[in-house]
Amino acid sequence: MIPHKKVYMYGGYNTISLGTGRKEFNPKKERPGIEHYISEAGKGVLKQIGGADVVDDGVIGNFMAARFNNQANLPGFLPMIDKGLSMKYGTSVEGACGSGGLSLQTGIRNILSGSDVTLSLGVEVQNTMKAIYGADVLAGAGWYKKRKDGHAFFFPGQFSDRAGAYYEKYDKERARKGMSQWYANAMENARLDPTAQEYHNTNPNPYEACLKMEPNAKFFVPNLNVLDCSKVSDGASGIAIASEEGLKRMGVKPSDAVEVVCAVAATRDITQDPTDLTELEAIKYAVQKAMKEASITIGQVATAEVHDCFTIAGILTVEALGLAKRGEGCDFVAAKHTARDGKFPMNTSGGLIGWGHPTGGTGVHQAVTIWQQLTGRAGDYQVEIPNDRPYGMTINMGGDDVTISVIIYKRG
Amino acid sequence: MKYEERLQNVTVLGAAGKMGSGILLLTAVEMADLSLQTENRDKIFVLNAVDVSDEALHGLMGYLRTQVRKIAEKKTMLLRSFYADRADLIENFDIIDEYIFDVMNIVRPVNAMEAAYNSHVIFEAIKEDPALKVKIFKQIKENSNVEPWFFTNTSSIPITELDEQAELNGNVVGFHFYNPPAIQKLVELIRADKTKDEVNDFALAYAKRLRKIIVPSNDIAGFIGNGHFMRDALYGMQEAEKRANDFGGYVNSVYAINKVTQDMLVRPMGIFQLIDYVGVEVCSYIMSVMNPKLDNEDLHSTLLDTMISQGITGGQYSSGAQKDGFLKYEKGRPVAIWDVNTKAYVNISDFASAVDTKLGAAPSSMKPWKAINFSKKRAATLETIFSEMNGMDTKGAQIAKAYNMRSNEIGRLLVDSNVAANDDDVNTVMATGFFHAYGPINNFLK
Repeated sequence: MIPHKKVYMYGGYNTISLGTGRKEFNPKKERPGIEHYISEAGKGVLKQIGGADVVDDGVIGNFMAARFNNQANLPGFLPMIDKGLSMKYGTSVEGACGSGGLSLQTGIRNILSGSDVTLSLGVEVQNTMKAIYGADVLAGAGWYKKRKDGHAFFFPGQFSDRAGAYYEKYDKERARKGMSQWYANAMENARLDPTAQEYHNTNPNPYEACLKMEPNAKFFVPNLNVLDCSKVSDGASGIAIASEEGLKRMGVKPSDAVEVVCAVAATRDITQDPTDLTELEAIKYAVQKAMKEASITIGQVATAEVHDCFTIAGILTVEALGLAKRGEGCDFVAAKHTARDGKFPMNTSGGLIGWGHPTGGTGVHQAVTIWQQLTGRAGDYQVEIPNDRPYGMTINMGGDDVTISVIIYKRG
Repeated sequence: MKYEERLQNVTVLGAAGKMGSGILLLTAVEMADLSLQTENRDKIFVLNAVDVSDEALHGLMGYLRTQVRKIAEKKTMLLRSFYADRADLIENFDIIDEYIFDVMNIVRPVNAMEAAYNSHVIFEAIKEDPALKVKIFKQIKENSNVEPWFFTNTSSIPITELDEQAELNGNVVGFHFYNPPAIQKLVELIRADKTKDEVNDFALAYAKRLRKIIVPSNDIAGFIGNGHFMRDALYGMQEAEKRANDFGGYVNSVYAINKVTQDMLVRPMGIFQLIDYVGVEVCSYIMSVMNPKLDNEDLHSTLLDTMISQGITGGQYSSGAQKDGFLKYEKGRPVAIWDVNTKAYVNISDFASAVDTKLGAAPSSMKPWKAINFSKKRAATLETIFSEMNGMDTKGAQIAKAYNMRSNEIGRLLVDSNVAANDDDVNTVMATGFFHAYGPINNFLK
């Protein structure tokens, strides 16, 4: 969808992504609840845009607060952020790990239907449970009728099957090299962002660490090791979505914001198994559709935030984007083309594996990173945005290639 | 009778005690896992948890529930396969919950001995009192409706003696778990003169299913574990008394020896803390069982007698918290030392720095036990530390070197006197039963 009027994003804010890896994380001690994260991310945005009075409405993306935190009715937390949001329209949206992307899509639609400023948030607080029970909750991103036959760690099991099919069809050794490089890139980038869950990571050779850790079905899943997986995270992100009028109200120059060039949301039937395990069909459809609608090629995109819930998902997304032929995404990554100094830097603040994956918050975090990159606000993790490649892209996925949000951005 | 048939009716005696509760947990889980095999679905498995204390049995069921959950969380993948045909159990949570119920549903907490009369297997973990053990074994044997096999957790009483006095005809074997049984990998297996092969074979099969490390010990009082520990402890207490003048009094000296045995010898606990952990009274009791059977040796401590007469017993509360003994504990850490002369605890902070100065600096390469014991570079690190210590002449290093020599001597004595088959068995017992980072028979210190 090409917006019929200009839609901008500005004022992105991320809390830290808290979980294993962060020095301040102690599973035995009490931690901030979901209220804290919503409040911090919301206030972080409001502070940059001139307060709550400029905001017309708000939307919260969240996956499973109802189970992780025994909390529903999340719109009620918007006025908690600031009294200025009281009695305004608020909603929450859910599409599993794609909830953050749906928060952005909803915010964009709010602007297109007449609002001028929407506060878009995404949040998840999921360290409330041990991983073995968290796996039950996260399995809700798949079809419940398939849960019984699934792995104890349901989603790692799903993507382990994808990795296994990829090894089988192509070459396990090449694949593992690509996946290990993906992990290494994630660590390198996360160490540059103080809010990242892996910010404190000091492993001198993450590539070797991942390559040497042979997947073991006895303890985990057959085709992925734990480093191939994104983390269990508590965190929230927020960004303001605005019309031209909204930008004026916030006192923000368009060049400090990003403009939404195209937004595509695509859903695949959750009750159907993927046609081909070695392809992310819905992601491929959505990214190709978005580039076609925007009349751009992948060569014009400077950087992308992609949904690497597992390293194999990163590799398959590289192929869906058309950066490499099928079966060669692993080589493209192994050649460091997606590293921060490569020809197509991806997930420059660490992605889901490095920055963290507070499931419902991830989609919004991706938009914040692209806004920072395109407007020169990315600090230590800033990459070059060449003049002939002015675009940025976010790809957010819910479930196993089910709830997809793809957005293309350029500087305003 | 097949392995799983024999495990269909089991009794743990002293089931709510420190050792019994661990043995009960491991056995309950093993029995539940057997009951969930397809071929055993129609069989009923019964595990009697017999204990004299209703209060302790009450606590036992809570302990079981918590521990079984932890075990289930670690093997959920296996449990999903156990319950694959149960359409109503879908999520990990459902499956773990059902498993906890299935384990608990095997256990019958009871304080009537009659419950044991249908059991094919009796695990015994009652007080370390030979007469009491014999009396109970006899009672069960005489009244049993089957021919039970006895697995005694005694850590010191010769099994042959129990076999003969209770007239068990070789249906008994020493099966000595270490504390806590659910965590420590070691089981000492002790055959009496007449222990039947099938009893021993069952013990081996059971230990293997529990993934325990079996070390055979000959049937000599104290076996390998206490054979080393009791002598090591006695030496530590004698050292503390002997060196009282060096450190400015008995209390200071206890602190010094405890510190050297923990820090300089890289052990998980100092010797006095370990005595407290096992129990002052228990140590005294074990020595009294062992001593009459030893030649040319007096394994007896008047210091332990004094402590007991002053009401200082050590051991643990049913919660697992440490009771005060030689040392007084706050949040599990020693804060004071019992002065047998004034009958009061003296705060460690009052004198620690003076004693530390007298002991002298630790080797610069020194690291705590925790950092070494689980490290892949353990052997190399220990080599570095001890070779540095060999070149040192501080009082701390002198005591450590002498202590290690004595520990080494005890280890060799156990092999020479035929308690252990070889050096390795002694070292394995200390490493897997006492969590030592290295065995007593070593060439580290000279």
